[in-house]
Amino acid sequence: MRAWRHGTAFPIALVAVGQHAQSALDPAGPQGDRFIGLWWLSLAISVAVFVLVVIALLVAALRRRHEPVAVEPVVAPEPAGERSLGRVVNAAVAVTVVLLFVWLVASVRTGRAYTSLRAAGSARAPVEVTITGHQWWWEIEYPDTNPSLRVTTANELHVPVGRPVVLKMTSTDVIHSFWAPNLGGKRDLIPGHVTTMWFQADTPGVYRAQCAEFCGYQHAHMALMVVAEPAGRFRAWLAAQRQPAAPPTDSLRARGERVFLGADCTLCHSIAGTPAGGRQGPDLTHVGSRLTLAAGTLPNTRRNLAGWIVDPQSTKPGSLMPQNPLGSEDLQALISYLEGLR
Amino acid sequence: MTAARARAVVAIGLGALAAATGCEREARPFRSTALTASAPGEVTVSVLQPGPRAPRPEMAEGPYDENAYAIADGKRLFDAYNCSGCHSQGGGGMGPPLMDSTWIYGSAPENIYATIMEGRPNGMPAWQGKIPSDQVWRLVSYVRSLAGLTRKDVRPGRNDDMQVKPAESSMPRQRAIPSTKP
Amino acid sequence: MRDGSAARAATVSVEPALEERRLEKEHEALDEQWRTPPGFAGWLISTDHKSIAVRYIVTAFSFFILGGINAAIMRLQLARPDAHVVGPDLYNQLFTVHGSTMMFLFAVPVMTAFGLYFVPLMIGTRNVAFPRLNNYGYYVYLTGALLLWGAFLLNIGPDTGWFSYPPLSGPEFAPGKRVDIWAQMITFTEIAALVTAIQIIVTVFKQRAPGMSLGRMPLFVWAELVVAFMIVFAMPAVMLDSSYLAIDRLIGTHFFNPAEGGDVLLHQHLFWFFGHPEVYIIFIPALGMVSAIVETFARRPIFGHTAMVLSMIATGFVAFGLWVHHMFATSLPQLGEGFFTAASTMIAIPSGVQIFCWIATIWSGRPRLRVPMLWVIGFVILFVIGGLTGVMIASVPFDLQVHDTYFIVAHFHYVLIGGSVFPLFGAFYYWYPKLTGRMLSETLGKWNFWLFFIGFNVTFFPMHLLGLEGMPRRVYTYPASMGWGELNLLASIGAPIIVASVVVFLVNVWVSRRRGALAGENPWDAPTLEWATSSPPASYAFAHIPVVHGRTPLWDTRDELPVVTGLRSDCREVLVTDLLDAEPDHRYGQAGPSVWPFALAVATAVGIIASIFTPWGTPVGVVLATIALTGWVWPKGRERRELLAGERL
Repeated sequence: MRAWRHGTAFPIALVAVGQHAQSALDPAGPQGDRFIGLWWLSLAISVAVFVLVVIALLVAALRRRHEPVAVEPVVAPEPAGERSLGRVVNAAVAVTVVLLFVWLVASVRTGRAYTSLRAAGSARAPVEVTITGHQWWWEIEYPDTNPSLRVTTANELHVPVGRPVVLKMTSTDVIHSFWAPNLGGKRDLIPGHVTTMWFQADTPGVYRAQCAEFCGYQHAHMALMVVAEPAGRFRAWLAAQRQPAAPPTDSLRARGERVFLGADCTLCHSIAGTPAGGRQGPDLTHVGSRLTLAAGTLPNTRRNLAGWIVDPQSTKPGSLMPQNPLGSEDLQALISYLEGLR
Repeated sequence: MTAARARAVVAIGLGALAAATGCEREARPFRSTALTASAPGEVTVSVLQPGPRAPRPEMAEGPYDENAYAIADGKRLFDAYNCSGCHSQGGGGMGPPLMDSTWIYGSAPENIYATIMEGRPNGMPAWQGKIPSDQVWRLVSYVRSLAGLTRKDVRPGRNDDMQVKPAESSMPRQRAIPSTKP
Repeated sequence: MRDGSAARAATVSVEPALEERRLEKEHEALDEQWRTPPGFAGWLISTDHKSIAVRYIVTAFSFFILGGINAAIMRLQLARPDAHVVGPDLYNQLFTVHGSTMMFLFAVPVMTAFGLYFVPLMIGTRNVAFPRLNNYGYYVYLTGALLLWGAFLLNIGPDTGWFSYPPLSGPEFAPGKRVDIWAQMITFTEIAALVTAIQIIVTVFKQRAPGMSLGRMPLFVWAELVVAFMIVFAMPAVMLDSSYLAIDRLIGTHFFNPAEGGDVLLHQHLFWFFGHPEVYIIFIPALGMVSAIVETFARRPIFGHTAMVLSMIATGFVAFGLWVHHMFATSLPQLGEGFFTAASTMIAIPSGVQIFCWIATIWSGRPRLRVPMLWVIGFVILFVIGGLTGVMIASVPFDLQVHDTYFIVAHFHYVLIGGSVFPLFGAFYYWYPKLTGRMLSETLGKWNFWLFFIGFNVTFFPMHLLGLEGMPRRVYTYPASMGWGELNLLASIGAPIIVASVVVFLVNVWVSRRRGALAGENPWDAPTLEWATSSPPASYAFAHIPVVHGRTPLWDTRDELPVVTGLRSDCREVLVTDLLDAEPDHRYGQAGPSVWPFALAVATAVGIIASIFTPWGTPVGVVLATIALTGWVWPKGRERRELLAGERL
């Protein structure tokens, strides 16, 4: 009865070089590193406290289990015993307070270190990126004072290694949250607010980020690839993204373009250099160059692209992309066209 | 246990009440029920035709007059596809207003469907082949909500935008009055 | 803590020995006055705090099981990557209804229900202060619960999370009436909670047995008192919030519309200003339960009674200064971050004090490891884990990594299940003899405990790791390539173990109800006044109101409990005492069973449910409620008035 029962179990083998597991325990930048320091400190304190408390509890509960059970309760315990017990409890409380204070100081120091990137970054001309959250994909823009140099892409954030990045984020529908665990921290995308987030990637690679604030049906499939690459490659990527789509050279792709421009697609999607100018869905000008489809849900392969276009509702039930029952020849042509948009 | 039985009765009663009012309204029709190719088909300018009318396959999908999710989706599409460009949030501008009770080309769902799909004289473009038929049905039910032709409890509330008109759910129910004036 | 009150009361009318027959006749007369009318009508009109509290407990526990079934389905879905057991629509309903049920329909009601049952008994009075209001509260709660679950079973369940953040829950992105049902369920349960809170505050302040000064009050009563005050301060915030949401959706106001000057963060502030204290509203009664159990089974008064009381009060205060730690990711000024981190860290201190005091009590006592004590030990172990992760996430940089991940899911299940459900089970084993007159089986109790303890840890411990490995909350599925499959499978394996444990518990309750060993008045030789009544307690609880000379009355006087006499047995009279020292002040005649509270509950339900669909629901509800209230307070005959007038002592 339910519409999503026949989903495709797609093979996942993201063929990107340097794909990292999405994990806070595998840091790739200064902020991720700082979190790791904080994590080990808190783990050490916690394990020590836990072991001590549990030992005290179990000894207290079990140390007299072989003695006969006293029938009469002790209504007024001996004052001397109570006093020494009181000293132990006071000491334990004092140790607790000291430990909490240590933790507080460590936390504040880490927090300041987090913001130091902002202070240092402002001086070093950070890469500025605007992210807009949509149900259920990420619109990513590299602003430029010259409008023709602006780059709009989707679900893939390219950043140069070793340079601070500042994200200016907002949302046009519901609240989302940007979270790249390996790079540290998360920040909400809130309609009506612009939030900023600073980070820096030190190791080149591909890091998966995911929406962390519940945002509706496809919250689970709202991911984003952060591609950290050497400065040169980043500049090359940016330059390539600034180009409009190359017109098709062969007849198959030309037919694909006609299918695209003649069908539903153009109402929602843009391809620079063609009349397609919809702003509802991701910009497809360079869709062929992206690692994934459907906001990090499917590896960008021919097969997945076909499945996604024809029946997006089986991969992402509730997604705002409608089904497109194209004839198979049209579909093949369309896929060839889109794949060629690099 | 009379009390337990009484509680069961209360539960069943409440359930029946909700069932009567709720189920269809709250369904989430994510996928189109009858998938038809949206390749450009023949455009008919008039619904008048000789002989018995040929059934159109996509009629099976809609309308979604009883479904709050589909109507809200229609509202989103109304915005997304820039219907407001001419109909201005339903108040009318270059195109006729959609909030009033006057209907030039008919207020029945299939009339509105035909209006969107095939276009009308004096400016309404044909969206056949541009908007999938399932989405057109959603737009149809939204347009009917705008005009107060659907039940109040399935209509959308206000949007998170500047308000230019009361929410659809606050509009009174209206009766459609056919108009002969094009 | 003056002794004067008790002494004076005693000189007024202590009569330790009454002849047998007179006593029997008096008991009959009292029962005639206090008992609930039999049959179905009795359910609707009852004013007996015990029968209402038992109804609350049974209802709340039923919803615990239903909410648990939701959780089990979610675990089934998450056991494998890319699973298709349920889709996103149903999954979102499942976790929303699970959270809302556990917080609003189970945890708060069951915790205050134990208070409704045991607070009057523990402070030695015959009923709560406003018995009819009590009945009203129950039916309002029941309607809210049925509203949510009726809707869910019809696939109209709310699906925007138990926190329902706008705009996702607002008019634009949540079409239909799903979220309205959530918002009005809040209204119902908050009315019920406020009613109960006021009930407990007034009862504790004005109806304590002579001699039970504030300093001699049992810790469980203190816990319920602190919680009642917290409810009074926290619930209005969420009622305001859910009302804003409801009218944004219904009539198009703009509280949460940024384009018209509203702000979506307003909801988060209001919600968490309630939502964080809510956690402590659930947790503090559990502290009271643990104290009661530890005291009885360690065979000595709680070590550091005053410190415990102050800790609970401190927790109650600080709990209101933490709400923003749910919003660290929304971008806060650094000073704000510092303040809320410090407050969130600080609340660990009173918790620490209490844990150390319990351990000290057990250490210096002669602990008997019966089943309730096992649950307490389980509680301390799990709560320490939950508390430590709580301190971790008080830190902003730490929280920014794990916020909204399975780490948080693990954390709060350790705190809420470990910190509240474990003590609750302990309390159930501890007080079941009082509720029914029969003991629960120890063998089944041990199975119940160990299965739950193991199942719980297998389910929730892996979630810490899942969160650190990057798994966000509230996802209906996850790709196989993420590598979260094994730990999720492990977590899902724990779920049936917990289910088995709850089944054992139900079997235990069912079997022991008929065949359990007879309990007698005080099977555990416990020190507090509820054990001075028969098991189950008579409708009037105490034939004569006891006089208290210390914190452990049944231990202080081992042979015969001193009592005051002089309350009439031909009408419903309770003894009203003063606030600090519980000196007898006057006798007060209470109202008896009436159908009007139920009528008012119906009027409330009509008003609230109708206002899901139309703004006219509110005026209609107000008119109906006015009619019902008029009936409720309609002047009675002169004789009745005199009877009710009370008399100053």
